[in-house]
Amino acid sequence: MADPVTFIGQWLESILAGWGLSSEWISVIMAALGVVVLAAAVLLVDIFLVWVERKVVARFQDRLGPNRLGPFGLFQPIADVIKLLLKEDITPQGADKFVYNLAPILALATVILLWAVIPIAVTVVGSTINVGALYIVAVGAIGTLGIIMAGWASNNKYALLGAFRMVAQMISYEVPMVIAILIPVILAKSMSLADIVQSQSVWYIVLAPIAAVVFLIGAQAELGRAPFDLSEAESEIVAGFHIEYTGMKFGLFYAGELLHALTFGGLFATFFLGGWRGWGAETYPILGIGYFFIKAMFMYWVIMWIKYSFPRVRIDQMLNFCWKFLTPLILTVLSITAILDKLMSGVPYWVYVLVMLFSNLVILYFVYQAVGRYARKERQKVADPEKVKVNFRVRSSTSSQAS
Amino acid sequence: MIPLSWYLIFAAALFCIGLFGVLSRRNAVAILMGVELMLNAVNINLLAFWRYLSFEQMAGQVFAVIVFAVAASEVAVGLALVISVYRRRQSIVADDINLLKY
Amino acid sequence: MMSPLQVIFILVSTITLGAALMVVTTRNMVRAALWLVSTLFGVAILFVLLEAGFFAVAQVIIYIGAIAILMIFAIMLTRRIAHDPGPQIDSTWPIAAVIALGVFSLVVFFIQRWGKAASQVESFPAGFDPLRELGVALVSANQYLIPFEIASILLLAALIGAIIIAWDKK
Repeated sequence: MADPVTFIGQWLESILAGWGLSSEWISVIMAALGVVVLAAAVLLVDIFLVWVERKVVARFQDRLGPNRLGPFGLFQPIADVIKLLLKEDITPQGADKFVYNLAPILALATVILLWAVIPIAVTVVGSTINVGALYIVAVGAIGTLGIIMAGWASNNKYALLGAFRMVAQMISYEVPMVIAILIPVILAKSMSLADIVQSQSVWYIVLAPIAAVVFLIGAQAELGRAPFDLSEAESEIVAGFHIEYTGMKFGLFYAGELLHALTFGGLFATFFLGGWRGWGAETYPILGIGYFFIKAMFMYWVIMWIKYSFPRVRIDQMLNFCWKFLTPLILTVLSITAILDKLMSGVPYWVYVLVMLFSNLVILYFVYQAVGRYARKERQKVADPEKVKVNFRVRSSTSSQAS
Repeated sequence: MIPLSWYLIFAAALFCIGLFGVLSRRNAVAILMGVELMLNAVNINLLAFWRYLSFEQMAGQVFAVIVFAVAASEVAVGLALVISVYRRRQSIVADDINLLKY
Repeated sequence: MMSPLQVIFILVSTITLGAALMVVTTRNMVRAALWLVSTLFGVAILFVLLEAGFFAVAQVIIYIGAIAILMIFAIMLTRRIAHDPGPQIDSTWPIAAVIALGVFSLVVFFIQRWGKAASQVESFPAGFDPLRELGVALVSANQYLIPFEIASILLLAALIGAIIIAWDKK
């Protein structure tokens, strides 16, 4: 019973073959069943996440969180779902009905689509396509589209503003995030996520710590969580793109957001923390599922930790940070990693790991120096504006955009 | 299994729909959409020929990559032109953009 | 009984062509852009059927993630036209339809007469990885290095050109 998923799959296949179906149709039916089972499992986890998120937020804010319904308030999400289902379902006047209803479905569906390529255990993986890393980027692009649709179809200024902000943010932060994904791809010499996990006898967070941090920042922006939650910014544009949504349609956006955070935790674990790898996971795949979810949950917790600890940045700060800092940094790391990888073909693996780690530390040192100098200059501008020549025209135009 | 001709006929249909869009639409952005449909039809043909007739040679795939690059640059420049024209003339109907006639 | 691949092909191609027809006939421009997205997605599925997974994914990233979103932005920036009450289709559309149908029937006629049109796929030999082959082909000096570099220069030129054209000089 070390590998129940494969066992059940083979059992079902033998039943279908007993009914006299051709092998092609059996594979189609099994694929469809796999999709249904995986999506259902992911959505079940999602219900549990509502409780996790509320409980963790409460702890960060020195509260207790839900604690009335069931042990530790575990049944709270069920009550939440019932509440959302019973709420009035409003479609605003002048909304494009079809697009308006399609947007929340797309928002949740794109998140579930990501799970198709994430290897949960050595044998439990939706699809081992050889372009898995690119697939993740592609699905993210469809997610952007869902947000535009929501913002446009709501026929509401705030919704459209939120959608524009979100799209600007997602498209910008996709660039450093994609390049950060390329670094594990170079190290593993494969774009398939299963191969990337297989080749991590040493976790890639050791070989590529900068890429890991950049990926985490990019994920935070892609999720639209603080400090990058400009798209919902309650105090500025009320709730952003989902302002007009009520009841379960809002629930779908909310579920999508929570699941997206866990999914990015899982992706981080896959790319940098060795995915399902752990003691005994090769022989007992069921252990691998456990390791994977422990790592994913830990990264989910880190994402929440950042979200509830940082204030929101301004939109010009956000875009500057991406284009003037993250993108050049990660491009440098990418080229250095690629060159070192080429130079070190044939050296023992521990030398390879140490050189990669050392190169990252050297880059980190220079980045620290540069950022420190920049911060001093910025502080001086505020402290003593007379001494520093400031281009006032540019500054006033950026601040008027931000307001 | 699927014969090559299915892909070819599908691509021809897509190309002709795109052609219809380019010839009949008045909005410049819609014309660009028609061009995109036509480029997609070309890509299907390139990849179908690559898969069915000569998958050892990468020419079909390489050409598809180049079509992607051309499509992306065409849209970037095309939309920049559309926005620039809209700023000057407050219209993106192709018939109104007639200054070069005179 | 048809094989599952054939069923998938017929379903996907019908939906894609329907969506493409909506792209060229819908009056609401944002809707037309969304129909364009569904068409492009259908084409991506056909790329998967052709065992060109890389192109399917690249299609979604480039066309849906970049081109379609750019178009939606352009439509929203020129919004007064998107709600244009006037006709979106030129008065000469019957001529356009005749030309399109003529081209289509001509192409189908030649496909019918062509000997190789009924050819079937051969499965890849063991150890053949098209993705790896494509990567090697794009950077080998005796294969397609120069077209590849020219494509990148084209992209750079388009990038600079787009910025200069759309620059608001005021």
